[in-house]
Amino acid sequence: MTFLNGLTLLLIYQLVGEVSVRLLQIPVPGPVLGMLMLFLTLVLRGRSSDSLDTASSGLLSHLSLLFVPAGVGMMVHFERIAGEWLSIGIALLLSTLITMAVTAGSMMVVQRVLAKGADADDRA
Amino acid sequence: MTEPDLAAIWVYLSATPLLGLTATLLAYTLAYRLYLAGGSHPLLHPVVTAVGGLIVFLLISDTPYQVYFEGGQFVHFLLGPATVALAIPLYQQYANLRRLWLPLLVALLVGVSVGALSAVLIARVLGSSLQTQLSLAPKSVTAPVAMGISEQIGGLPSLTAVLVVVTGIIGAILGGRLFSLMRIRDDAIKGVAMGVAAHGIGTARAFQLSAKMGAFSGLAMALSAFVTALLLPGLLGMLGLL
Repeated sequence: MTFLNGLTLLLIYQLVGEVSVRLLQIPVPGPVLGMLMLFLTLVLRGRSSDSLDTASSGLLSHLSLLFVPAGVGMMVHFERIAGEWLSIGIALLLSTLITMAVTAGSMMVVQRVLAKGADADDRA
Repeated sequence: MTEPDLAAIWVYLSATPLLGLTATLLAYTLAYRLYLAGGSHPLLHPVVTAVGGLIVFLLISDTPYQVYFEGGQFVHFLLGPATVALAIPLYQQYANLRRLWLPLLVALLVGVSVGALSAVLIARVLGSSLQTQLSLAPKSVTAPVAMGISEQIGGLPSLTAVLVVVTGIIGAILGGRLFSLMRIRDDAIKGVAMGVAAHGIGTARAFQLSAKMGAFSGLAMALSAFVTALLLPGLLGMLGLL
């Protein structure tokens, strides 16, 4: 029952998320809003539950399986990929490296600035 | 006894969701074994081999994608609840989140914007079609969310799914080298960069390197999914793409 209870709860949050984004016309996928609402619920409640932990680890341990059917859909786009594979490949390679470098760099800079601020506070 | 009519059995099978669903699970199980046997190398990521195997099977058996998806949709549907379930690992990192919220927030805003815009602009300069550019925009986000975003902004969700996986593999393979080139030693920073750029596949790789790096990568992945969903329509609007 634990898994079923957890899954039911996840589906309820997804359902509320889907309905809310449509009612409020927010440009965010419904499940993402559901995720945020569940996160806020957990924060307010102060703990997770066995059923949620069971359902989420069950779903997330093989998350990769879930996008196989969509990935197979690539066969419908063979022509597009055949025509654009080089530009797509270069864009993915460069953009991924740039993203990693810039993310790490900006986090490093902010941490350094904060550390300096803390030093200054200590001295004052 | 009459000969069993193989053609009739095939007609039956190709009309039920059973075949597509079984083929999906079977392909993934085999692909996952291959991945483990290959020492969890990112190039053997089960999505790549499972998708490749299934496409070959569908082409050989002359099965249209729509027929396969009758069965595949049952697996596909679980992407929704799985996205909601990301709240639980995010909550488990709540202590880290509170302690590092400011550097995390800056890294996320910068990383998400640069990630989406660089992909779109590079593809545009190289002459990709508009729909390909839009499908590329959410490439650094975990697949269920990326596909939802892609659909919303007018990209092709199935193309996005593949681009997301390739992005994750690139990040997982090259991340370690990039971090040593940049002389980054803090596992928290490495993890955040991995999670923002290379989502779940990068996170799986981060966990192989250190538990701390994995935890931060998972945290960054969940947060960037949310930030990207919020920011992307506006960012693309600025570029005049929407």
